[in-house]
Amino acid sequence: MARFIIFRLLHTVLILFGVSIVVFGLIHLIPGNPLDILLPPEAPKEVVDRLKVEFGFDRPLYEQYLAWLWRVLSGNLGTSVFTGLGVTHELLNALGNTLVLALPAAVLGFTLGTVFGTVSAFNYGRWPDKFFSVLTILGLSMPHYWLAIVLVVVFAVIWNILPAAGMGSGGGWPTSWDDVRYLILPVITLSMIPMGVIGRMVRSTVLEILSHEFPTALRAKGLRGRRILFHVLKNAAPPALAVMGLQLGYLLGGSILVETVFNWPGSGQFMNLAIFRRDIPVLQGTVVVIASFFVFINLLVDVLQALIDPRMRR
Amino acid sequence: MAEITAAAGAPQFDEAQEAREFEPRGYWATVGARLRRDRTTMAVGLIMVLIIALAVFAPWVATHDPLQGSVLRRLKPIGTPGFFLGTDETGRDIWSRLVYGGRLSLICGITPVLGATCLGGFLGLLAGIGGRLINTLIMRVVDVFYAFPSVLLAIAICGVLGAGIGNTLLSLTVVFTPPMVRVTESLTTQVRSRDFVEAARASAAPMLAIIRQQVLPNVLGGMLVYATSLVSISIILSAGLSFLGLGVTPPHPEWGLMLNALRQAIFVSPVVAALPGVAIVITSLCFNLLSDGLRSAMDIKLPS
Repeated sequence: MARFIIFRLLHTVLILFGVSIVVFGLIHLIPGNPLDILLPPEAPKEVVDRLKVEFGFDRPLYEQYLAWLWRVLSGNLGTSVFTGLGVTHELLNALGNTLVLALPAAVLGFTLGTVFGTVSAFNYGRWPDKFFSVLTILGLSMPHYWLAIVLVVVFAVIWNILPAAGMGSGGGWPTSWDDVRYLILPVITLSMIPMGVIGRMVRSTVLEILSHEFPTALRAKGLRGRRILFHVLKNAAPPALAVMGLQLGYLLGGSILVETVFNWPGSGQFMNLAIFRRDIPVLQGTVVVIASFFVFINLLVDVLQALIDPRMRR
Repeated sequence: MAEITAAAGAPQFDEAQEAREFEPRGYWATVGARLRRDRTTMAVGLIMVLIIALAVFAPWVATHDPLQGSVLRRLKPIGTPGFFLGTDETGRDIWSRLVYGGRLSLICGITPVLGATCLGGFLGLLAGIGGRLINTLIMRVVDVFYAFPSVLLAIAICGVLGAGIGNTLLSLTVVFTPPMVRVTESLTTQVRSRDFVEAARASAAPMLAIIRQQVLPNVLGGMLVYATSLVSISIILSAGLSFLGLGVTPPHPEWGLMLNALRQAIFVSPVVAALPGVAIVITSLCFNLLSDGLRSAMDIKLPS
């Protein structure tokens, strides 16, 4: 096990190195000088030259990259060219707000998905299977930004029982029922995709496991439904965990559309603002941090999988 | 020699199954027969043909100019004479815009997947067939791209390159290529260890011939199933980019962009504002169901 973890850690370091190159390369996709988009074309030559030196754009690419990498590794993501504030602090705040949405959405989506998938598989071909299959495929096929609008129309505009947007007082984790009300619609919206993905995945995995001989053997041994279910789910857990890890990562990085609709001050909105202000340090910082989160979640899932299933410890 | 290659050249059904079947049929004929019996998939196919036909023949199906608005008829409700799906915030006919919008939305949904299938399929085959070094090189780069949540990567690339349909197509192709490489590589590795490939190799068939005759026909089905499900995601994502203002630029009709523009009007005419989303849901649902139908007809298990 120790060997597996060390090997996996080394792999993670390599991936993170690749991630840093991609993120750094991202700004050089822009034709011309990165400063051109920040400064008006009539900016005096001396100012441009001075800023070039200040941002380090006059040095060779690999030097710029190493300097940037060193800064990021020491926890400094630079300063926003628009607000002049440190990116690290603002980003951590925003990520915290995103977590307030992502974690409940993940819990809700994973629970519903697992239940729907299991019920579907155990009732293969009968009406519960058909019903839940339609539900899960709808969860996948619905653009969540559209569902967000529909939910706002129904619950905030027509019935007027839930707030349409915003985060309530303060920010951070909700402390009162009033804060929780702001959470309900975005969390439901965000849980749809994990629900669909996990539901379909659990259904096919459980079906596959049920086609083996051991559930029949368990039944022959005299085990009742619930005990058999336990054995089957234990076998379905490792692949399901892998998909759940990916989905949690998507929730952290992909809620940008939902955050826009609900005007939620999370990392997605932070990034959206950065894009429209052409604020490259903020954009770079957000992408690199979220991708690193994603890599670490995958590492965690791999280790968890190996703990449950010894066959995974290659 | 030639005989062995010819026998191995039709690997899609093994002999045992052929013997069991009363009437021997080719693989694709079997798949076709299964598809025809699958009522859901047939219905889905019919709806898809309809959607594509509406988009292609938009100039004949549309009742108004999709770009021509009028202040006098802003935000008319559904069922208004002459504008049976209502009008948008600048008085343009929703039905006509939906039909014309289908063109851009379908193009944005299908083109990146086509690109990713060609590029990713090529790289995946190469990684699966080529030696260990090539495999490691390609797959580690793919691993790096897997470290980005797909929505985040698409938005970041579009954000850097700026709005526009070309950049949307480019960013989505970049996003969909790594998963396509992974699927193709794992399908190829599975096929490569099968007996008929070994036989072809033992008969000294040239590498290209083995790829073309043995490997490719057995990998294409899985790629097709996966690509179909990717189109569904691609339609949602590209509309999402337009929704954020990073994709198709106004005033062109596109479903995501229409959704964004009509969002300001949800308090006035909520039902009309939701219509472009309905179009996205139906189209994306169709591609998902088609992928499911193809998968069960071809009896393919995709690596996750």
